[in-house]
Amino acid sequence: MIDAPAHVPLAYLRAAPEPALPAPIFSRGALAWMRENLFSSWISGALTLILLALCLWLIPPLVAWATIDAVWSAPDGALCRAHQDGACWAFIAKKMDYFRYGSYPQSERWRVDLTEIVGAILIVWLLWPRARRRDIGAGLFFVGFPILAFVLLRGAPPLGLPVVDTVLWGGIFVSLLTALVGIVFSLPLGVLLALGRRSSLPVVRLASVIYIEFVRGVPFITVLFMANFMLPLFLPEDWTPDRLLRPLIGTVLFAAAYMAEEVRGGLQSINKGQFEGAMALGLNFSRMMGLVILPQALTLVIPGIVNNFIGLFKDTTLVSVVGLLDFLATIENAAKDTAWIGPTIAPTGYAFAALFYFVFCFAMSRYQAFMERRLAAGRRR
Amino acid sequence: MTDLQESAGAGVDGPAESAAIEMIGVHKWYGAFHVLRNINLTVRRGERIVICGPSGSGKSTLIRCVNRLEEHQRGQILVDGIELTQDLRRIDTVRRDVGMVFQQFNLFPHLTILENCTLAPIWVRKMPKREAEEQAMRLLTRVKIPEQAGKYPGQLSGGQQQRVAIARALCMNPKIMLFDEPTSALDPEMVKEVLDTMTGLAQDGMTMIVVTHEMGFARQVADRVVFMDYGEIVEINAPKEFFEHPQHERTKLFLSQILH
Repeated sequence: MIDAPAHVPLAYLRAAPEPALPAPIFSRGALAWMRENLFSSWISGALTLILLALCLWLIPPLVAWATIDAVWSAPDGALCRAHQDGACWAFIAKKMDYFRYGSYPQSERWRVDLTEIVGAILIVWLLWPRARRRDIGAGLFFVGFPILAFVLLRGAPPLGLPVVDTVLWGGIFVSLLTALVGIVFSLPLGVLLALGRRSSLPVVRLASVIYIEFVRGVPFITVLFMANFMLPLFLPEDWTPDRLLRPLIGTVLFAAAYMAEEVRGGLQSINKGQFEGAMALGLNFSRMMGLVILPQALTLVIPGIVNNFIGLFKDTTLVSVVGLLDFLATIENAAKDTAWIGPTIAPTGYAFAALFYFVFCFAMSRYQAFMERRLAAGRRR
Repeated sequence: MTDLQESAGAGVDGPAESAAIEMIGVHKWYGAFHVLRNINLTVRRGERIVICGPSGSGKSTLIRCVNRLEEHQRGQILVDGIELTQDLRRIDTVRRDVGMVFQQFNLFPHLTILENCTLAPIWVRKMPKREAEEQAMRLLTRVKIPEQAGKYPGQLSGGQQQRVAIARALCMNPKIMLFDEPTSALDPEMVKEVLDTMTGLAQDGMTMIVVTHEMGFARQVADRVVFMDYGEIVEINAPKEFFEHPQHERTKLFLSQILH
């Protein structure tokens, strides 16, 4: 039974196609955007105004502190003590070499510079998708660069490079080194742990679960202390790793446990059909994982992986608790210099450190967004 | 095209006693559930078998046992004379020569169509990249979508994806092709293009086992139709006999339900 008014016709036949019309003017342009996003209701309008006021209240003093009120050059802390409402950039400028190299001997600092430049070039080569022969770049970065960095940074007397003990290492290059080693080694180790946790072999699975749960259940500082003080106990005396290497190992082991869970999440979201499709083609386990499953799983968890990298990068500041002189530690040391002592020194130092960490982390975040867009454009599911 | 004829030719010339697939007293359980019960089936070289039956009758499980995506617990399965056991190397050997097409296509979404088709030949057959690409283009032409080679699976329609899946399996020069409900996930207007591709393959002499509900295809292409119910083979017959004079009550009931 149809309850329609009698005047609704039963049949309909289109005579001409419906034209496509332009969108109404109010749905486009800056005014429409503002109405939609800033003043869509009176609450959002009020919030917009309050936040605007907050910005006007906070930002100008901050900018003034960092620029017009700041001391840009001074031989020592006297001028900074006189201008207490501005940053003391002169302090940063004067101590920059210390921030960059720690106590690395002055005559040998070119070795650090060279390592950093080569590393930067290789990283760009590796990460820039349109670069040519990225396979060569990868080979150089993962095999050649570590050897070069070791020879240059530590020294090789036969090549005329005196050995620089790691006690003297410090500053930005130690922070970068720690972060780079952590990032490069934690991902493959994390992948292995994730595969281990999904393994059908009970022993492998149990070992992976215990490792991951144990490391995740312990604070990073504890892991660092353990790596620093307990690692030598387990190894023969001659094998005791270098004081720089021990925290590096701790960092990698710690980050790998988090990475493993991230990767496992990706593996779990891969459809069973992908495994079957690969198996039915005769691909063995390692090829199935390496060519079909992991590329998809890792792509899915790029945000989480980069998140871990960013966290790892900032966590490297904790290596100072076991005596490494990282970038933040050099700032704290420099701030104790009696020639510079003053109320604006520490805030300036920390502002500089914040800027440094922000630049690197933001770059990682942007690269993540770039890669996600690129991969999404490629496959458009 | 020539690859297929070669493999078909090998089947004809091969020793008569070596069947393409032999299943002898095969049983399988999922936990306590007895999903395959005493399956005995011999597939000759070049033979086209269609397996039909109600859902949950064990059809898919049966063909998935042939390339060991599922493990059977009792009985023997010989594929091209090789018995399937726990031996991983044997399983890989069998899988190399047995192509499979899935209901959900299972193309690799992170690879282009061409890369999907060349992956296994390059990594498993150790074929040079150029040769693998030439072969892939030949087979993509055969399934009538060479122009899509550079696209990703997500950009193709279901029917096109399934034809790519067929081409991908053929790129390994398989001796046997398994089809697990290849048209069940397709929109109705795309079923024909996939069935036509499969019919073409059958005409070239490929040994095929097809699990399908497409009774028209079974009638036209199959040498024998196998009807399964409750994990057991109920009836096997030539298609004409099978559809016109079903013997078993359960076959009659099933056919009356699907042929209206």
